[in-house]
Amino acid sequence: MSLSTWLLTDTPRSRAQARLGNAFLSATTLLSNRLTLIGLVLVLSMVVAAVFAPWLATQDPLAQSLAERLLPPSTMHLMGTDQLGRDIFSRVIYGSRITLTIVVLVAVIVGPLGLVIGTVAGYLGGAVDTVLMRVTDIFMAFPRLVLALAFAAALGPGIDNAVIAIAITTWPPYARIARAETIVLTGSDFISAIRLIGASKSRILIGHIAPLCISSVVIRLTLDMAGIILIAAGLGFLGLGAQPPAPEWGAMVATGRDYLIDQWWVATMPGIAIFMVSLGFNLLGDGLRDILDPKLR
Amino acid sequence: MTGPLLHIEDLHVDFHSRKGETNAVRGVSWQMGREKLGIVGESGSGKSLSVRALLGLVRPPGEVRARRLELDGVDLRALSARQWQSIRGRRISMVLQDPRYSLNPVMRIGDQIAEAYLAHHDVSHGEAQARALDMLAAVHIRDPERVARAYQHELSGGMGQRAMIAMMLMPEPEILIADEPTSALDISVQTQVLSIIDEMVTSRGMGLIFISHDLQLVASFCDRVLIMYGGRVVEERLAKELPTATHPYTRGLLACLPRLGERRESLAVLERDNAWSREVEAP
Amino acid sequence: MASADIAKLVVRNSGRFAFTLALTLTGLIFVTFVIGRLLPIDPVVAIVGDRASHEVYVRVRHEIGLDLPIYVQFWRYLTGILSGNFGNSVMSSRPVVEDLTNFFPATFELATISTLIGLIAGIPAGVIAAARRGALFDHAVRVVALVGYSVPVFWLGLVALLIFYVDLGVVAGPGRIDIAYQYSIEHVTGIMLIDTLLARNWDAFENAVSHTILPCAILGYYSMAYITRMTRGFMLEQLQQEYITTALVKGLSERRVIWVHAFRNIMVPLITVIALAYANLLEGAVLTETIFAWPGVGLYITQSLFSADLNGVLGGTILVGACFVLINVAADQLYRFFDPRARAR
Repeated sequence: MSLSTWLLTDTPRSRAQARLGNAFLSATTLLSNRLTLIGLVLVLSMVVAAVFAPWLATQDPLAQSLAERLLPPSTMHLMGTDQLGRDIFSRVIYGSRITLTIVVLVAVIVGPLGLVIGTVAGYLGGAVDTVLMRVTDIFMAFPRLVLALAFAAALGPGIDNAVIAIAITTWPPYARIARAETIVLTGSDFISAIRLIGASKSRILIGHIAPLCISSVVIRLTLDMAGIILIAAGLGFLGLGAQPPAPEWGAMVATGRDYLIDQWWVATMPGIAIFMVSLGFNLLGDGLRDILDPKLR
Repeated sequence: MTGPLLHIEDLHVDFHSRKGETNAVRGVSWQMGREKLGIVGESGSGKSLSVRALLGLVRPPGEVRARRLELDGVDLRALSARQWQSIRGRRISMVLQDPRYSLNPVMRIGDQIAEAYLAHHDVSHGEAQARALDMLAAVHIRDPERVARAYQHELSGGMGQRAMIAMMLMPEPEILIADEPTSALDISVQTQVLSIIDEMVTSRGMGLIFISHDLQLVASFCDRVLIMYGGRVVEERLAKELPTATHPYTRGLLACLPRLGERRESLAVLERDNAWSREVEAP
Repeated sequence: MASADIAKLVVRNSGRFAFTLALTLTGLIFVTFVIGRLLPIDPVVAIVGDRASHEVYVRVRHEIGLDLPIYVQFWRYLTGILSGNFGNSVMSSRPVVEDLTNFFPATFELATISTLIGLIAGIPAGVIAAARRGALFDHAVRVVALVGYSVPVFWLGLVALLIFYVDLGVVAGPGRIDIAYQYSIEHVTGIMLIDTLLARNWDAFENAVSHTILPCAILGYYSMAYITRMTRGFMLEQLQQEYITTALVKGLSERRVIWVHAFRNIMVPLITVIALAYANLLEGAVLTETIFAWPGVGLYITQSLFSADLNGVLGGTILVGACFVLINVAADQLYRFFDPRARAR
């Protein structure tokens, strides 16, 4: 029996086999969709670029060379040079580190925060639920970019402030999702059974309910990631993200703006990088949602 | 009973998916005229799919193949969308199972019913509305005006299903398909709806295809019965001859039904044999 | 529905609407209050310098009101905002609220036109893409929408300016109208397109249009991406429903099934989507206005930012935030109002 037949059989002999089979089916469905595959490749490229930056970048991203300023793309400088003679390609590669940092930090804050608030509100119900959901609703009605702008304006520029500002405005939908799932799960028989055995509330929440909500949160995170990257780039464009000389993509577009007419590459290249990574996350997120949401199959 | 209206020969419905191919309907053949034909089977037997193939409602990844699929001489296998528009409703119609889902939630009932008539007859809206009211009265709805103005969620199950029947009879089809018309209704209402279907079909001289999982119901209601299992027709009998059925599946189904006045030690359990779903005739 | 019923419904819903709105707006103002206090610089020191004596420090602190308990400070802030006192702009030395009144019409113009573009292009695209799922049109529409979700607006604006203004010269450059016309048009509504028409100055109108096209096209693309995606999603969901089968069985044409049956079922959630698209555009305008030198609230916020004028930033944030909140809450209530199933409750 070949491996794929074993994985796809209708009568798995063990839990491990069933799980592996599901994972295999999801993976093949995911990868069979060309667009999702492209998305995955784009996202992985960013991760690879960030991790292996020192090896992939052709030059030092901070090295200035006024003799070589504003050169068009060539074999020496794959994306040309900026107004201080720095190699744009290397700066874009190193810039992926900043993007990855922001993405990971926001995800790590927003996911668990939303999960905790949502599951607690959904499980405990009553006054706790009402209060938490009111707070969530209030935050959900706030405009993201503008608030992030205001926050970053007050706290001062810098990546950490940008991350906080973005996280504060991004968490509400996750709380809502987690709460909706928790409510459905709380009514199910197996939770009642666990309760009868005498499991404590925290054990039920942490051990049983939260893990089941994770997949929805992850899908939503992937779908939101593009928006988060765009907001971060927007903040960078306005000078509120990582400060020069750090090669933050949004900031690079801003400096390139002054040279747009004759040296279009200075602003265009980092913009393409932002676009590619956002696109990658969107494609990947769409693909993930298609597999994990059976309604749309 | 006139000559055969529907000819189905060697009908196949297959579904292609990543996991492989599913043969939902495998080589089904039958004919019918202006009579009441019952199709009985459990879930997955292919009974609903075979009639949806008759209406061209099987969408990709489903695929319909047949040696012959004819309605009164019209080949149903390769019709254009426009041609389907003249068959559906006008010649074959279908009552679906649950009026909570099969009626449009944001359109008034009367408009939905009138629409069925307007699709095939060139009359004014006013006249179509009037006919809709007549039809609602014909299915024994006591206050047709109120129901016509109502929305689906304001109706009970029984009323909704009667509205559905009215809607499907408006264009005056020759054949009515009833796909589990009473399965979503309370027991008390089921008999009423069935008798309405009976009355309508008989008075208009229509053919009826009645799909159900309830053998006893079908036997009491229809002239002829088809038993389906695993995508095949395993038995075809006149309703009154059912007790003399020969196929083990049918016998099993009959044996499962407890009867009043019967003495039994234990209820029979249906035994299934994979042999029944394999090819009976060589292609 | 009887008019008495409708009246009752409106009253009941208005109460809920007003309450939610008030609560959310208070939350927003509270957040801006917190932001205002987040400044790493001590505002007293900003006034007296860091060499002032202790008495001077305490006195000034008292004058500003910083020695009061937090909730009193917040109350003063809140009542100030509600009475229109947003502080003075460091940049323009005028009250922020006056600045905002001057800048708001431009943003309103931009957002409204862009949303119109978005829904006129987006809704049919989404409906047809769903009806022809998997076909070339569907894929094309999805790709176009996806790009709209992924492209940074400031970059797209720059590229568009480069191509259409600098290279091709088919549209006018940044700004709302050429300086030549700017002061000769009477300021009636503040919306340049309307004001030039009212003044019957066709050249100016044409000029205004030429300036408006590009920013509205860019933002319109964004709203179109969102609207198309949502419309397609809603339609796909409806097309799976049983009542669609019923409609087909009746012998209705595909076009009728799609528009009269399926589409009518998504009209209500679509209203919510359009409202949200509008709200999102108010936000997107911030960066677009910066690129196109469009004198709207977005530009005001970023200019205040660059001038370290926190009053201006917060004032603009409250205005945009309040509009955003208003639209969100209204959309939510509208949805509940229009859904015949929700009405029954």
